[in-house]
Amino acid sequence: MSTDTLFSGVRIVGAGVDVQGDLLIRDGIIADFGPSLGRPDGATVIEADAAVLCPGLVDMRAALGEPGFEYRETIASAAAAAAAGGITTLAALPDTNPAIDDPALVQLLRTRGEDTGSLTILPYGAVTRGCRGEELAELGLLREAGAVAFTDGSKAIGSSRLMRLALSYARGFGARIVQHPEDPSLAGGGCATESEQATRLGLPGIPAAAEAIMVARDIRLAELTGGAVHFAHVSTGEALALIRQAKVAGLSVTCDTAPPYFDLNETSIGDFRTYAKLSPPLRKEHDRKAVIAALADGTIDAIASDHQPRDADDKRLPFALASAGGSGLATLLGVTLAYVHNGSMALPAAIELLTARPADLLGSEAGRIAKGAVADLCLFDPDRIWKVEAGELPGKAQNTPFDGRALEGVVLGTWKRGKRVFG
Amino acid sequence: MFYRQKHLLAIEGLEPPEIGQLLDLAESYVLLNRSGKTQRDLLRGRTLINLFFEDSTRTRTSFELAGKRLGADVINMGVSTSSVNKGETLIDTAATLNAMHCDLLVVRHDQSGAPNLLAQIVDAAVINAGDGTHEHPTQALLDALTIKRRKGRIAGLIVAICGDIAHSRVARSNIHLLTTMGCQVRVVGPPTLIPAQVADLGVTVFHDMEAGLRDADVVMMLRLQRERMSKGQVPSAREYFRFYGLDAAKLAFAKPDAIVMHPGPMNRGVEIDSAIADDPVRSVIKEQVEMGVAVRMGVLDMLSRGNRRNEH
Repeated sequence: MSTDTLFSGVRIVGAGVDVQGDLLIRDGIIADFGPSLGRPDGATVIEADAAVLCPGLVDMRAALGEPGFEYRETIASAAAAAAAGGITTLAALPDTNPAIDDPALVQLLRTRGEDTGSLTILPYGAVTRGCRGEELAELGLLREAGAVAFTDGSKAIGSSRLMRLALSYARGFGARIVQHPEDPSLAGGGCATESEQATRLGLPGIPAAAEAIMVARDIRLAELTGGAVHFAHVSTGEALALIRQAKVAGLSVTCDTAPPYFDLNETSIGDFRTYAKLSPPLRKEHDRKAVIAALADGTIDAIASDHQPRDADDKRLPFALASAGGSGLATLLGVTLAYVHNGSMALPAAIELLTARPADLLGSEAGRIAKGAVADLCLFDPDRIWKVEAGELPGKAQNTPFDGRALEGVVLGTWKRGKRVFG
Repeated sequence: MFYRQKHLLAIEGLEPPEIGQLLDLAESYVLLNRSGKTQRDLLRGRTLINLFFEDSTRTRTSFELAGKRLGADVINMGVSTSSVNKGETLIDTAATLNAMHCDLLVVRHDQSGAPNLLAQIVDAAVINAGDGTHEHPTQALLDALTIKRRKGRIAGLIVAICGDIAHSRVARSNIHLLTTMGCQVRVVGPPTLIPAQVADLGVTVFHDMEAGLRDADVVMMLRLQRERMSKGQVPSAREYFRFYGLDAAKLAFAKPDAIVMHPGPMNRGVEIDSAIADDPVRSVIKEQVEMGVAVRMGVLDMLSRGNRRNEH
């Protein structure tokens, strides 16, 4: 019995690839692709006119509920949501309970990912023990165990001295430090962007400058140490301008953003809507536009889901007490495609931001269309419309900030190592 | 009927006729209260629960009195006596109250937006009695009624709101109400206590009492919490009083017949000098308290009109 799968008459899009034609999976790898391939006997043929076939998405920032927060999300439920969203590789944040600050935990996450059969989990290691921001974790041993980079997750590394040490030490292992760019003392206690809206609602504000200040500091520390810094979920024009300059200066500085920061602004909070409470907070409209511009000009290296699962009890609280974070796995592709449809980005560029470019940052081979590459693939109809509805999303985490949003772009199927895992 | 809301969660969003109607109704209760008559059949058989997650003797008492004068069964639930301290969530508390079929729920909470959350769950009409740094609508209504009775009008007056604007729900509700009703509203305070982009709410910002009070018809002082000193937003009480405390010299910048208001409780010698607070001509602070009961009677009356569940 053949295990061949032939995609016929699809638009194949990946880094450096954009061709209308066929793609053949054999033995879990991409055997061939091109304008027209023969049909091997017994192959499963998938004909999908007007559909796009791209590499399985590589999500470089997502929180899993495991270990410690299984009521929010399990690895199994996250894997189901990821597959439905076309994601086949995911970098998991380490600020779990316990934090991923021990080599055995890194190995455990990798193995648990393999066990799902549909999702490769690339674990981040904690920068500091317990993500407490006090002393460095065993970065070398974590790296050896398979940690792809280091971060304290949703917590900024606040101490300049500690950040210097981390950048400097991680450099010896060729590893990036991923920073949540927010000055903790300026942000302290805030829960919304400092603005007229926060003033009206009587919510303590976080100034946009809290992000730029941290980015400016860490760029200087990257310069001082020669280390590599990556800024996660960048959300302000000010910070993006600094990153743009640092890249021109040739520093090892990269960044990602997440769909809420180019699709939503602070007005989503409306009447104290806690599903729109995120960290960093949703910003002003001019910042949202700056993020779109930075996606278009290449300043932003990747789009990540920034998936932060929360349950109803985490969110059904007065706004300032509610937990920050939004579910993102199921909407990563759809929201990104909205900015292809409206002309902000070309489709191949958008796909690269979701696949090869984050894979590069994570040192992963995933996210490419090439002969001999592992057949992790996502097939989607770019034009079909669906509506995001909290309660109806795949997986456990229903806390989407996009509730009610209509999106163009439906995942038709997801393949992991040649095997269909969704659709 | 102008007032179309089920609840009273905020002043923001109310139209001038709605505010005007609430004030007129409240004024009728001022006369009733002064005449010594009662209207105890209006809310007979209805339950009013005062749910106070934050201590406030004066607002709670004012609502209690208002409810009793209209004949409602009034129950006070304070945070120390409720199960909120035992880990029960706000949502659970709301569900419990709902099961008790309360008609009017008065809520005070230290979190902005808490009454909005409750209003999504309970069947009762929810009245915001102060939520975090968001709004305190009945305070703004009673302030407006006080102004109207003293000045004969609201539109066209210059009102200076002075002090800790950033942390004041009273300031926010008053800004919305007074700008909606056609006042020129100024906010006066040190930059550390002025919230971001407050000018976009339709007010003019001053950091100097002389300029801010010039030609004002109404000077509204706000309470400065001790916490502002410990958090470093103001260096000391004496420095605050020197620059922002209302004394005779600063009040002289306002119109000669300007009235002085304070939502209480006052920090004498911090934001207001005792001589001003107790000035029988200029200070209307005691009248504010009297208006408070009448305004709350008006609000309870208005909201129960739309929510009479036992009516046959």
